[in-house]
Amino acid sequence: MPLAELVRQVGARTLGVLQSFGRAALFFVDLLRALPAALRRFGLVVHQVHAIGNRSLLIILASGLAVGFVLALQMYYALARFGATESLGLIVNLALVRELGPVLTALLFAGRAGTSLTAEIGLMKAGEQLAAMEMMAVDPRERVLAPRLLAGIIAMPILATLFSAIGILGAWVVAVGLIGLDGGNFWTTMQVGVDVWDDVGNGLIKAFVFGILCTAVALYQGYQTDPTPEGVAHATTRTVVISSLAVLGMDFILTALMFSTS
Amino acid sequence: MGRRGIETLVGGFVLLGIVGLAFLSLQAANLTTYFGQGDTYVLQARFDNIGGLKTRAPVRSAGVNVGRVTSITLDPATFEGVVTLTVDARVRFPRDSIAKILTAGLLGDQYIGIDPGADEAVLQPGDRVAQTQGAVVLEDLIGRFLFDRAADGSTPAAPGGQP
Amino acid sequence: MPADTLIDIDRVSFGYDTSRLILDGVSLRFARGKVTSILGGSGCGKTTLLRLIGGIHGATRGRVVFDGEAVDARNRRQLQGLRRRVGMLFQFGALFTDLSVFDNVAFPLREHTDLAEPLVRDIVLMKLQAVGLRGAAGLRIGEVSGGMARRVALARAIALDPELIMYDEPFAGLDLISMGVASNLIRKLNDTTGATSLVVSHDVPECMAISDHVVLMTAPGGRIVAQGTPAELMASTDPEVRQFVRGEPDGPVRFHYPAPPLAQDLGLPERC
Repeated sequence: MPLAELVRQVGARTLGVLQSFGRAALFFVDLLRALPAALRRFGLVVHQVHAIGNRSLLIILASGLAVGFVLALQMYYALARFGATESLGLIVNLALVRELGPVLTALLFAGRAGTSLTAEIGLMKAGEQLAAMEMMAVDPRERVLAPRLLAGIIAMPILATLFSAIGILGAWVVAVGLIGLDGGNFWTTMQVGVDVWDDVGNGLIKAFVFGILCTAVALYQGYQTDPTPEGVAHATTRTVVISSLAVLGMDFILTALMFSTS
Repeated sequence: MGRRGIETLVGGFVLLGIVGLAFLSLQAANLTTYFGQGDTYVLQARFDNIGGLKTRAPVRSAGVNVGRVTSITLDPATFEGVVTLTVDARVRFPRDSIAKILTAGLLGDQYIGIDPGADEAVLQPGDRVAQTQGAVVLEDLIGRFLFDRAADGSTPAAPGGQP
Repeated sequence: MPADTLIDIDRVSFGYDTSRLILDGVSLRFARGKVTSILGGSGCGKTTLLRLIGGIHGATRGRVVFDGEAVDARNRRQLQGLRRRVGMLFQFGALFTDLSVFDNVAFPLREHTDLAEPLVRDIVLMKLQAVGLRGAAGLRIGEVSGGMARRVALARAIALDPELIMYDEPFAGLDLISMGVASNLIRKLNDTTGATSLVVSHDVPECMAISDHVVLMTAPGGRIVAQGTPAELMASTDPEVRQFVRGEPDGPVRFHYPAPPLAQDLGLPERC
């Protein structure tokens, strides 16, 4: 392929990517502007918290418990080699509260709640429901999109907290119940070593940021999807992929900011 | 399901989240150590080397938590580390107490340990703890050990010619 | 603009992307209180016209004037005021699938008025009565048939007693009975409420039966082939008009999509 053609294509692609970013950013700004209106219609937000939060509870709790079990086992094997098994509680707690809680919850959230949001908005768009709402002088961003964003922001930190909490309980069951480590020690090392503000607090901030990220991505993908079955299917896939990459990337940045300057 | 039902479920969900957070903060973290302090007073201590001491590190006496490190700065004139402590008002230390930087366990976090002295007069709020012992720095320890070994080896005329 | 013109389309041009203009310098007038049908094949821009009137898109050239005021698609406040006077029936109803029939019709009332719930209930039941679906008020959207959905959407469109009702392909996909019901409703609503009705369709017989005025558009550019009363169009001698109103498969609108000669495609030598 001649060089000029290659350059032109690369340039066009780059411009296209920039345009997509721009569109997504403008969409996000519009959403933020519609948030006050959503706050006034809190009944809608409550309804969405139920759809997004309550319905995700089962998978979050089940995953949290499983991760807690496995984490306790794996950490025990590693610590036993150094004779440091009394730190098991502390290590499991820190791993969950600082990282695994927010990140894994966000990934699960993107898969369960994110895809359902994308599909719902996409189908509403395909069925002209959003256009109909506009024609009735009701802003769909205020009535449909912003309540869902707010609900995601509220639900994610709660889900992440529950993930970490049940993970720690699961680890306790394995460490104290199964392996036979000292129960009192298990909790004391945590109470001494885990700081409420630095660890739990930062984990909550992460969950909050991830909540905004995942929900906004899901809503955007649904909103700009092709109004066809294939379009909606592609949009749900893109939601999961983009959310996951964004969460992992943001996690790196946040971790570097929060936990390096101790 | 009716609106009442949904609102109840969401309320339950949020409540569950608060309970989870309370559990994480109280049972699985150190929130309790931030409370029950009631009145506190401030002391200052200067160290040659603060090692790995961080703000919010605990201050302990006889192993019991009595306060917290609130700030660590460098004195630009004397190049000492200036550590500000907040101590529970119910505990007053004698003027000749020693503040040391100790390590919890072998590889744990560092904290301030206060060994009480025998003086009848006690440290007042804002006072400086006069006697301090800086953190043990591993490199210095190794250096001293090697130096001591070298000194032992050279003073008696060892027939084997030890280095 | 004459007092009996509700909408004035003044040399409007518009395209979804810059390479292809759907509407090219189109001028039309819609009379107040009348049923006007816009006929034409797919892609001739009739649905786009409705969207321009509703302010969903903005014309790239020319103006759309509603009741003396130029429609500015970027002025949200003006659009809010405008859209409360307009009811639009979308092609397949565009009902809100998460609400019941009742809640769908109540939607504009709850969003735009402060009426107490008992009053809202009465109005909703009356609107449903007008379209013959009062008994279906409790059904969920998934439980209603296509024709019924269209009628629920109509009840929703007239909930605020609009001055202008726009119908986007109201007859598409309906059986004969439902079609009869629909055209009957359109005409009756127009006459009893004094509203203006715009019907976009390609169903010639139904439209001719209920319209006061008919406009025939064609692609490209939304060119107006003919307009007049139904009788005038049916009697027209213009070949384009005749082909459309009689449904002839070939005429000015060609049957074959442009292609090279068949022999060439099959690889046979051309015969002289």
